[in-house]
Amino acid sequence: MAIRASKRKSDYGSVYRGHPGQWSWLFHRVTGVAIILFLFAHVVDTAVIGWGPEAYNRVLEAYENPFVRFLELGLVAAVLYHSLNGIKITLIDFFPRLVRHIKAISIATLLLFLGSMIPITLIMGKQVLDLWNA
Amino acid sequence: MATTTEPTNTASRGGGAPPSRDLRMGRERPLGGFELWAWLFMRISGLLLLILAVGHVLIMHLPGGGVSRIDFGFVATRWESPFWQTWDWMLLSLALIHGINGLRNITLDHVERTGVRFAANMFFYVLGFMLFVLGTIIVVTFDPSKWPGAV
Repeated sequence: MAIRASKRKSDYGSVYRGHPGQWSWLFHRVTGVAIILFLFAHVVDTAVIGWGPEAYNRVLEAYENPFVRFLELGLVAAVLYHSLNGIKITLIDFFPRLVRHIKAISIATLLLFLGSMIPITLIMGKQVLDLWNA
Repeated sequence: MATTTEPTNTASRGGGAPPSRDLRMGRERPLGGFELWAWLFMRISGLLLLILAVGHVLIMHLPGGGVSRIDFGFVATRWESPFWQTWDWMLLSLALIHGINGLRNITLDHVERTGVRFAANMFFYVLGFMLFVLGTIIVVTFDPSKWPGAV
């Protein structure tokens, strides 16, 4: 029982005791898994081009609808978030003294991500709407 | 007293609460061997993928109406250029290795039964190797002249 008690959630908090790093860690994992799962499918759908234009263009038609196109906005967001957060991790790991400025670096990473998502969402959002109305 | 000098020194460095020993030494990293190489690979391939993967999704999704403009002819024209062939092949290889090593790290954290972890990782290694071979064959050998008039 003593061992069990020491593993209660309250003893560790939720991984990082509510530190913002807990959320970037979680998002990094979730976006990473989403991207590799998409990549598995994407290598196959692209490889279909080796079977000629008819087969390949038929596969691409599956992507040509507003719901899939909306998911692709999520994919772009995931790739962008995972990359920027990965750069943050790499910077901290290669230059451990930067850990002092972890809060500023985290905010800068988030602002860079959200800032770039504004034009991306506008452009891709318009594509979704155009397909919806088509 | 000798003990009073220590907090004064740390406080003068950064102000506020003195950083713990853990923080000053940075995050934990593997001590050596395969895990250290894997750790280093994730960071270096990550930097390359910032260009290759982010560039890829932005090029495909933003200009010219996004992915609607992509068809057989688009890819055929693109892969006439060794530059884009190299880009796509490097993206394929680095993203597969980076992603599958990421999945391996997740199984280390969350799959405690070693047999299940081994099976899951073997599944990803075999799948990744097959996709790598498939993707490489397509990028290297693709020849649109087999379908005259398609481009």
